[in-house]
Amino acid sequence: MYDLKALYQAGTVAEAVALRLAHPEAHIIAGGSDVLVQMREGKRAGVELISIQGLDELRGVSMEADGTLRIGSLTSFSHITRDPLIRKHLNVLGEAVDQVGGPQIRNIGTIGGNTCNGVTSADSASTLFAYDAIVELTGPDGVRRQPIGEFYIKAGKVDLREGEIQTAILIPKDSYERTFGHYIKYAMRNAMDIATLGTSVNVRLSADKKTVERARVAFGVAGPVPLRAETAEQAAAGQPVSLQLAETFAQAVKADINPRDSWRAAKDFRMHIAVESAKRAFLESVKLAGGVL
Amino acid sequence: MENHVIQYQTVHFNLNGKDTERTVDVRASLTDMLREDYRMTSVKKGCEVGECGACTVLIDGKAFNSCIYLAVWAEGKNIRTLEGLLGPNGELSDIQQAFVDEAAIQCGFCTPGFVLTAVEILESGQEYTDEELRKLLSGHLCRCTGYENILRAVKTTMYRRLGKPMPAE
Repeated sequence: MYDLKALYQAGTVAEAVALRLAHPEAHIIAGGSDVLVQMREGKRAGVELISIQGLDELRGVSMEADGTLRIGSLTSFSHITRDPLIRKHLNVLGEAVDQVGGPQIRNIGTIGGNTCNGVTSADSASTLFAYDAIVELTGPDGVRRQPIGEFYIKAGKVDLREGEIQTAILIPKDSYERTFGHYIKYAMRNAMDIATLGTSVNVRLSADKKTVERARVAFGVAGPVPLRAETAEQAAAGQPVSLQLAETFAQAVKADINPRDSWRAAKDFRMHIAVESAKRAFLESVKLAGGVL
Repeated sequence: MENHVIQYQTVHFNLNGKDTERTVDVRASLTDMLREDYRMTSVKKGCEVGECGACTVLIDGKAFNSCIYLAVWAEGKNIRTLEGLLGPNGELSDIQQAFVDEAAIQCGFCTPGFVLTAVEILESGQEYTDEELRKLLSGHLCRCTGYENILRAVKTTMYRRLGKPMPAE
């Protein structure tokens, strides 16, 4: 038995919004792999829950008319990894969420929950930052879209307003087209572990594959919320593909990241693996894009 | 005084091939309901926070930790537990027999969960490398066997079902 005070189950997005307004103190539960665990730990003991688990309309990946990739907020990690649109256009996201927890967690955990809990270590978040994802929120006044960087307010806190639920994550076409990316999760174990550092890089090369048109890098656990390292991105933009560029790019991430000491790892160690992971993920992305080093 | 009303809800689902319904306390996990209302004691309470995999069941063919799944979410689902693998006279299924043959069991607490994840793997009809199998099985903890025999039990059954010889190790 879970120590919950009341359970309200939404059958539609409109019902979920109505329940949110009627029970502003209630916590939203999607897959439950964070919420139920925290209830067991006593952190959310005695709370009211609004379950959105039954909202099948929020499951699945589709492409909108303008080429925007739309990932319903309740799409599970294993669904994302298997999805043909993700595999074709945004394989790095499937690769990243395939490193969350273990297989059973990936069957229940959702991308909406992974972003709404506001934690910096979320395996999906760095890739979503690196692709300028847009968060779609539905509330009493309709739908609102917000860049993911603004959605995160501080550790554990996202901009989910009165009556709202997150309904989708959108990746614009001009963000993902012709890009290739790679995600590196640094953790102590291969399964059932939280990232010590998560690094997501993607590159877009020129037609002759000799120049980096655009490079993106974002980290989880390099600050209180996921973040982009724009100094590194600017250092690589327009530069010829080379091993030296990978080094320059990787060193430049230090200007933007701000990891902390925690029991998982020391700040200095995180700085070190951030540089090394950025370099490796950059080289792998360039290779996937057909670049020759 | 806390205004606390105990809520019950009736859940309709299919358990091991039979349609069923139960009125459950909304606070129950799926593990609670399967063990206490249905006596499906193969569903083990291990960590109860989704880390050890001992409570794994198949929901619509996929492995889930039933300890972090609300019982009321079972509405309309097809749920399978280890009990559903047995033949009409209690015969073991091929994967269960393989666990016995490979000595993939010591205390047995993790076994039902491992077997159900193995069923999901086997029913995919795909051939996996050892590395892939290890990853697919990584949501379970076993403190006795060291995993090698479990991996071998799944692998031998996979090749048997695929009708292919097992590659030499």
